[in-house]
Amino acid sequence: MAALLTLVLLAAVIAVIGAPLLSRRRPLVAEGRDGARRADLQSAREAKYREIRDAELDYRTGKLSREDYEAVDSALRAEALRILDALQAIEGESEQSDYEPPEAEKPAA
Amino acid sequence: MPELGRACLLLALGVCAYGIGASLYGVRSGRVEFSLSGRRCVYALAGILTVAFAVLELAFLRSDFSFNTVADTSSTTTPTFYKAAAVWASQEGSLLLWAWLLSLWSSLVLFLTRRRLRDVSAYATAILLGFAAFFIGLMIFYATPFATTSPAPADGVGLDPLLRHPSMMIHPPMLYSGYTLCIVPLAFGMGALLARKVDAEWIRATRRFALAAWLFLGIGIMLGARWSYSELGWGGYWGWDAVENASLMPWLTGTAFLHSLMIQEKRGMLKVWNVSLVLATGTLAIMGTFLVRSGVLSSIHAFGGSTLGVPFVVLIGVLIAASIYLVASRRDILASEHRLDSLLSRESAFLANNVVLVGLCFVIFWGTYFPLISEALTGHSASVGPPWFDRYTVPLALILVLLSGIGPVIAWRRATLANARRNFLAPLACALVVLAALLAAGISTGKPLAIAMFCCAAFVLGSVGQEYWRGTRLRRSTSGEAPPLALMALVRRNRRRYGGYVVHIGIAVLFVGVAASSSFQHASELSLSPGQSTKVGAYTVRYVRPTATVTSREDAAHTGATMSLGAVLDVSKAGRHVATLAPSEGFYDSGEPAQGSVGHLIGGQAVSHVSMDAGVTRDVWSAIAPDISTPRLQRVMSIANRTIPLVRPDEGMIALAVLAREYLKAPPPAQFHLIVSPLVAWIWIGGLIVLGGALIAAWPAPSAVRASARARIGRVGDRDRRAAGAEHDLARA
Repeated sequence: MAALLTLVLLAAVIAVIGAPLLSRRRPLVAEGRDGARRADLQSAREAKYREIRDAELDYRTGKLSREDYEAVDSALRAEALRILDALQAIEGESEQSDYEPPEAEKPAA
Repeated sequence: MPELGRACLLLALGVCAYGIGASLYGVRSGRVEFSLSGRRCVYALAGILTVAFAVLELAFLRSDFSFNTVADTSSTTTPTFYKAAAVWASQEGSLLLWAWLLSLWSSLVLFLTRRRLRDVSAYATAILLGFAAFFIGLMIFYATPFATTSPAPADGVGLDPLLRHPSMMIHPPMLYSGYTLCIVPLAFGMGALLARKVDAEWIRATRRFALAAWLFLGIGIMLGARWSYSELGWGGYWGWDAVENASLMPWLTGTAFLHSLMIQEKRGMLKVWNVSLVLATGTLAIMGTFLVRSGVLSSIHAFGGSTLGVPFVVLIGVLIAASIYLVASRRDILASEHRLDSLLSRESAFLANNVVLVGLCFVIFWGTYFPLISEALTGHSASVGPPWFDRYTVPLALILVLLSGIGPVIAWRRATLANARRNFLAPLACALVVLAALLAAGISTGKPLAIAMFCCAAFVLGSVGQEYWRGTRLRRSTSGEAPPLALMALVRRNRRRYGGYVVHIGIAVLFVGVAASSSFQHASELSLSPGQSTKVGAYTVRYVRPTATVTSREDAAHTGATMSLGAVLDVSKAGRHVATLAPSEGFYDSGEPAQGSVGHLIGGQAVSHVSMDAGVTRDVWSAIAPDISTPRLQRVMSIANRTIPLVRPDEGMIALAVLAREYLKAPPPAQFHLIVSPLVAWIWIGGLIVLGGALIAAWPAPSAVRASARARIGRVGDRDRRAAGAEHDLARA
């Protein structure tokens, strides 16, 4: 009984861990070229948005003076825009590389 | 089914070995299918170890004494409730629990991050499987849970009576969940260093797991304290025991990390510090396991010595060396992106908080490992006691509580003195009001540190209360909602911030309980005969009559004690009845025939069953140590041992009934330990508040849900650009 259960378990384990190697489908990869950089920028963007909201909350709850808030806020927005520019640059490159030329434009084999 | 268990362990080791190789090959060669196969090894490992754990759990529940570990830690008389928990009372079972929990948590984490951090998670997978392989290897080569004996003994030794407490059902799984979850950020931190991707993404991905580790460790620590208070007969909840300390240290560094990671998220600073904290927390978690399982330091928790010391020392050495090498070799990518804008900023408060937390950890580390250090240096093992720990930790704890009140009222990046003055006014007023009230009540005499703690706690409550008040008022001004709705919306939209504030309240409340109960406690240890009374603080405690029960069925505490001897105590204050207490001591079967046919039935470890009257203002706590060594009782025992054969335990129980009746007829004086402690309940209430705050902070915020959805889509467009622009709706506080 124990031997049978062990064999069943072994077969199940081989099926689970072997499936990606045997599959003909290309594994689903969320991170393509520049994916890691994009994910990192997206995290930085979310953190920056949160920081902008936090600064606003700090100001409106009296922890920041108006002058300090304006200085901090404009600095944060500039940083956020830099992140967004970097993200858009990656997006642009990605779209170019993903460009599939129509059949007519493909060189003859 | 021990064969199935052993086969599972071998299979699990093979899966780990393959998974490590596949993950590393996948990430180094760019063959994603191998990385995916490696990740699936973790899922498979969780399945295999679940089967192995089920095999062992079933053996315990069926009292299958052919398993050595079942025979050593369970018995037919062990209540079913405790049979289920006895799995992790043994060395072998706890190793299996560790590996099983690691596989479950690792599977969950890798599943949740399956679309992110491709390279980092491939390295992390290999590291997590490496840890699992280590523990599985220990179970195969050093301490197998599936070792058997044939023929099986008729009965087992039984679970250590000290462990027969409800919190023992969940204390070890919680603590081990905390330890194993501490390994997850360590694996991802090492993975980030190996993949040279140490930016915001890995921090963001691991924050929630670091918080979960911190939460589980905290629950485990609190349950351990509760067990100590209500089961061990000394009346305390924290004794600076080596194993208690071992669980506290990663919690402290984890707390530091949860604060400093915000600085990295926001400012790109403290990268070296954060990754070092993550690696230190994981290493301290392994060291905690090492302390419990190796028996290298004597502790009420280290259940017997073992041979696991050397493998653990090797693992810890490798971990420390690898951590130092990785941080040193990656220092070029760990440079800070910004500098501190102002010393008067929340970043500075967090830095100070980190210094204090790490300082606390260092003090506890030194005190805990001092016996080993002194033995290595001088050849003599010397240890330090609670007074030594108190001397250093109490001032640091005071600073920590104070900082938890300062942080919330200081702005990020910079704050002006004028604003700081205005924001500190209400918290300072709260602290001064409390100080004046304590002085007026005459409580301050000789307890300056406790008074300072009460004032610091009032400062925290004032500062956090002010934050909630201002935030709710702001929300109401923009939405027009009723105060409760505005408060709920405020917290829902800023879970991390306001959940964190709730944690600060919980910590302050907890420390109020600690300061009050340790500074203003009245304790008395004395011998009383029935009818006699004593004063403990403002309370009078009278020993009304003795009690005795025989057979485990009559054991009031349901711990399977063969015989319990106790007392009924009447507690009154100024002539008015307050409570009736019934402490007892349980006597257990030792299983040692040499103690006599009847003697062995009560020859095991005697365990105190504490009785207390707990309330929000004070606990009246009692424990008893009855004396059964009087000549009269010993004579009864001696006759019973001589006349009753070992093979007639039923007659032995009758003899015990006679012994109990003799005890009741002429009870000898019993030793009592009586304590009146103020505000102990607030330690547990504070712990619950911390738990609630951590859950609020860990729960995904609506905006985070939307953000993660956007990240999945992976589109960056004008909408985001506009969001950062003037149109960005920042008024949604």
